[in-house]
Amino acid sequence: MKDEIITLAHGSGARLTQQLIAEIFAPHFHLPALTDSVAIGHNLVVTTDAHVVKPIFFPGGDIGKLSVTGTVNDIAVSGAQPLYLLATFIIEEGFPISDLKKIVASMQEAALEAGVKIIAGDTKVVEKHNAEGIYITTTGIGTLPLDLHLGTDKIKNGDLIIVNGNIGDHTIAIINARNELDLQPPPRSDCAPLNGLIACMLPAADLHFMRDATRGGVATILNEVFEDNGLGIIIDEASLPISAATLAVSNLLGLEPLYMANEGVIVTFAAADTTGLIPAMKKHRYGKNAALIGKVTSDVKGVFLRTTIGSLRPLPMLHSDPLPRIC
Amino acid sequence: MAKSDLVRIKYLIEDLWQWKKPVRIMEVCGSHTMVIGKYGIRSLLPPSIELISGPGCPVCVTPASFIDALLTLKNVTIATFGDLIRVPGINGTLEQARAAGLDVRIVYSPLEALKIASTRETVFAGIGFETTIPGIAHTLLEAQRLKLHNFSVLPAFKTIPPALKALLSTDNIAIDGFILPGHVSVITGSAAYQFLVDDFHTGGVIAGFEPITLLQTIKDIISQLKRGIPMIENAYKEVVSIQGNIPAQNIIRKVLQPEDAYWRGLGKIPASGLGIKEEFAQFNAIRKYDLQITETEMPSGCRCGDVLKGFIKPPQCPLFATTCHPAHPLGPCMVSSEGSCAAYYKYER
Ligand code: SF4
Repeated sequence: MKDEIITLAHGSGARLTQQLIAEIFAPHFHLPALTDSVAIGHNLVVTTDAHVVKPIFFPGGDIGKLSVTGTVNDIAVSGAQPLYLLATFIIEEGFPISDLKKIVASMQEAALEAGVKIIAGDTKVVEKHNAEGIYITTTGIGTLPLDLHLGTDKIKNGDLIIVNGNIGDHTIAIINARNELDLQPPPRSDCAPLNGLIACMLPAADLHFMRDATRGGVATILNEVFEDNGLGIIIDEASLPISAATLAVSNLLGLEPLYMANEGVIVTFAAADTTGLIPAMKKHRYGKNAALIGKVTSDVKGVFLRTTIGSLRPLPMLHSDPLPRIC
Repeated sequence: MAKSDLVRIKYLIEDLWQWKKPVRIMEVCGSHTMVIGKYGIRSLLPPSIELISGPGCPVCVTPASFIDALLTLKNVTIATFGDLIRVPGINGTLEQARAAGLDVRIVYSPLEALKIASTRETVFAGIGFETTIPGIAHTLLEAQRLKLHNFSVLPAFKTIPPALKALLSTDNIAIDGFILPGHVSVITGSAAYQFLVDDFHTGGVIAGFEPITLLQTIKDIISQLKRGIPMIENAYKEVVSIQGNIPAQNIIRKVLQPEDAYWRGLGKIPASGLGIKEEFAQFNAIRKYDLQITETEMPSGCRCGDVLKGFIKPPQCPLFATTCHPAHPLGPCMVSSEGSCAAYYKYER
């Protein structure tokens, strides 16, 4: 690694994060593949995820809800059913107990909705200023149906690429809450457990691969898929579900929704002849804005965007977090 | 996009493909560079029409010594627009300094920096063109009204017309027409560019930010060339007037005054910057902390200057996409998403 210290860009989920894992962690750990969750034994799936978010409470959720839904979704996108969570809290000295109560209550609510049980945990308190408020790490365990295998190796030419809802809303909600852009009404995070939606999708179509589009956004996932199997992808800009508020703010700040972190968006690759999937998704509360956004194709090498004016341009992997521009 | 717009775009492109003589059109403003990249507009144009990116990315033209000056500050909070934090000074970037303990905060408006100053000594990194400058000048007036003692601005403000003048005065420069900035012109007014025609016999069109307007603008510039009569046209009349935004100009005049400025890649350009007036000296970080902003060398091999002047396209720089890329920018044109090299790296490889 060239830069000898860790910078925030190493945590962005983009190219630098990949480098960190490949160069620093992988040589010392046993990492079978760079996926969100990993199968152990016949049908157990585990995953773990650390949650840091500023502000801790934001419209549409808080760090507690996020810590449950993030891990539930990482398990669910493998096709497994999430069952149990373990939670670790790192809390800064001086943190209000009333806030902790709120966070724990919202964890309970999210766990109830997702149908998972939080069965163990650990708490550490660090001196004032040695952490900012509270960090939560959750580990999830789920079971995978024996006959189900989703993976980038199953993706084929012609596969349809589908998302379940508006992209970018979580990032815009956080930017607004953090910087008091004073948008009215304040945009809400899409933070939600998606295992229920996925359970409706599995029987509705021949699914090949699913991923939740958190850090790095939809575009990063598409690039990871391309790097994994070398199949080209064309996304149709006009078909992207993006709310008016998210579009307006991202244009203003020079940010692209396709690269924004989401907490309730999954990208699905389904067989080319799929028909009933989107209608099935639209019946679920987290699939109302489901849309076909692109296809796997041998026409291109790499990930490309068909723009609204009909031109084709690359949609590459970013090196690090895009920076909001001066405006 | 509406069906009728798509049809119009198709006709515009067909029309542009009729043009055979090589021309070079410069888009001055970084936001236009972004739109051109984002919509893949270059890929729609005939080989005879070349678009080159000009000096209108505020981050790109901020000299390295500005970053280095901020890095010398101790025990203060530095408030900055986001895309400045990866710009390399000689001694590193604000992002690296933040990782090493410097309190660097990204803000979206200068007033936000003022809020931070209510609790701690704060320096705002004052970069930008006519678009951002009035807001910062207003913030300085606010600081004075609130009698703040722990707020200051490090000024490196720049104005576009003198830069265009310097550019056209460069030997061998070959620019046939300008896509003139939309937002900057809201403040300056279209009259500010008349010298392009009078002194340099070069025309330009003030453009908005829709892809269709940009294509129309390119067509308008080609029409000027066909007629052989350069002129300043305004294709953004909804918001750009002849005289510009007078109250904003007044607020700038009240707080700031013209001075020579260093542009990364272009060097010193007379009266192209705006410094803080003596009455507001207490809010001038240069005075408060005894800082200096000077001309600094470009990193060795970086050809940003030639890119900004339109002499080469980014891929013609030997360092492009080899040792210089967005995660490790050697030159400023690679740092901001609006920089020509970064836009090429992202959209046109
Ligand atoms: S590619 Fe990098 S080194 Fe080359 S001109 Fe652009 S910024 Fe400078």
